[in-house]
Amino acid sequence: MPLLRIEDLSVRFRTHDGAVQAVNNVTLSVDPGETLGIVGESGSGKSQLAFAVMGLLARNGEASGRVRLDGQDILNAPPKVINRVRAEKVAMIFQDPMTSLNPYMRVSDQMAEVLVLHKGLSKRDAVAESVRMLDAVRIPDARGRVRLYPHEFSGGMRQRVMIAMALLCRPKLLIADEPTTALDVTVQAQIMTLLADLQRDFGMAMILITHDLGVVAGACERVAVMYGGRIRELGPVGPVFADPAHPYTQGLLSAIPRIDARDDELAVIPGQPPDMSRPPPGCAFQPRCAYRRDACDDRPPLAPFAPDRWRACFAPLDELRAGTKAFP
Amino acid sequence: MFAYILRRLAIAVPTLLLLIVLSFLLMHLAPGGPFTQERALPPQVLANLNAKYGLDDPLWRQIWNYVWGIVVHFDFGPSFVYPDRTVNQLIADGFPVTLTYGSLAFLAAVAVGITLGTLAAIRQNTWLDYLAVGISIGAQVLPNFVMAPLLVLVLTLWLGWLPGGGWSFSDPSFWIMPVIALSTSYMASIARITRSSMLEVLGSNHIRTARAKGMPEHRVILRHALRPAMLPVVSYLGPVFVSMITGSVVIDIYFSTGGIGKAFVDSALNRDYAVMMGVTILVGALTILFNLVVDILYAWIDPKIRY
Repeated sequence: MPLLRIEDLSVRFRTHDGAVQAVNNVTLSVDPGETLGIVGESGSGKSQLAFAVMGLLARNGEASGRVRLDGQDILNAPPKVINRVRAEKVAMIFQDPMTSLNPYMRVSDQMAEVLVLHKGLSKRDAVAESVRMLDAVRIPDARGRVRLYPHEFSGGMRQRVMIAMALLCRPKLLIADEPTTALDVTVQAQIMTLLADLQRDFGMAMILITHDLGVVAGACERVAVMYGGRIRELGPVGPVFADPAHPYTQGLLSAIPRIDARDDELAVIPGQPPDMSRPPPGCAFQPRCAYRRDACDDRPPLAPFAPDRWRACFAPLDELRAGTKAFP
Repeated sequence: MFAYILRRLAIAVPTLLLLIVLSFLLMHLAPGGPFTQERALPPQVLANLNAKYGLDDPLWRQIWNYVWGIVVHFDFGPSFVYPDRTVNQLIADGFPVTLTYGSLAFLAAVAVGITLGTLAAIRQNTWLDYLAVGISIGAQVLPNFVMAPLLVLVLTLWLGWLPGGGWSFSDPSFWIMPVIALSTSYMASIARITRSSMLEVLGSNHIRTARAKGMPEHRVILRHALRPAMLPVVSYLGPVFVSMITGSVVIDIYFSTGGIGKAFVDSALNRDYAVMMGVTILVGALTILFNLVVDILYAWIDPKIRY
């Protein structure tokens, strides 16, 4: 049985310019201990999908569909219910460690309050447990530094503190929303290694939201490619990257600069991401797609085409495979 | 921190001196003098009066004598208009009154303003928000010289609940109307500042983290949002506190409270040089002091600020 089951999840925002449909009919599941990557460009809806699962949408956002975590319906659950689920079953870390910790509270206070609230620990025990968790994320001299304020840590150390705080209650699922985007490259690698180790040690599942395909290749078992609020391709990382079955996946992969290529120009996907308050009819990717055909005016369903592999595209696979150079 | 406070207090001395010299010069630049009356005094009388109060000395000498009197004897001089009163006495009589109703009005404005602003922010775009914003705008556009007679009309003349004026330190019923009339517009400003700053804080990343940790909403507001939301409020409160405890001429006149607000305005009209200087220095010194208090509070609220 999957740990997390998302069914037909949609997220829309009411704005002054009308409704914006950020996520459309997403169906996904995550098994216990599994790592699922969600990739897509900015505005593809990947973060909003995660916020909807956590119940953290902005005030003007509303989610519909169904989210079951560990057998419990959590989408739009009342505050009392969702507050128990958060931290205890699913935790989240964010893109910007510089601002995601409370700058006005000591690290000890912000960590300990989680355990005091959720586990009923005394403040003293909670701080001791926090120190153990800071040790686990390899913060040197955790005992001495637990009393510091966030601004007294570097960016990478702050992300470690965030991770430690998220794991305090041993959640079964960690959602990491671009956890390394704001960090420099060497620190990125350290954080990703740390996450992998912790995931193994704690036996938790992880959803890794990123636009860094390298990170996905290194860390994930399965990957979901999102565009215009929908999943375009879903499957195990190796086959998806070796043999992309959607023009958008293909475009993303060919846009990765290669150190062994001599080209001076970087490959791009032509065009702009869709305006989600007025999405194009049919497939949202078709205005930018090299394989577009008349059928694309209808929306392609996400359908299985090989074991464990799904795609939402009308272009024949042979054509995609033959034309891997379609994005200059 | 301690060294910082000492340094700030040391800087206050030249600041106050500058304030004294500038006010002194401005005051003497204004036409007329304390003994200018509708019917001109005989020249000999005027010369005697000027000599008695030292007004025939050159200006630099007057300033020097004035400052010397303050530094050595803490003597702010005699009133030029009420011959049997000194400035020290006038302030000692009037300041406790304004300090009392001013600080009560301050506390009321802060308590109501922050509560109203916070409620409006966490219930943004609901009837509670509109009500709170409506009350603030109403309180802000209703000046105290309209508020004060309305209060007297309703609470004294119609209902007969409260005395219409006067002051007594032992009877709080004299305090109520001055406190209400003085506090409303400040309360409104505090509510508006609190609301907008609270909204900004509630949209910040660390609040999202607190929610993601499963913190209940009241804890998110009180423990995580209130403190940073108070920063802009605190910087507004410093000068406001000073202007409230040094009183308001409107309050003093409508409620005959006998505070220094009226004394200050009278002194300006009468060219009562010494009283004017005395109150100016009091307000200046308090302003400097409470700006320092605000900076210390800032450091207490925000751990990133260290002096």
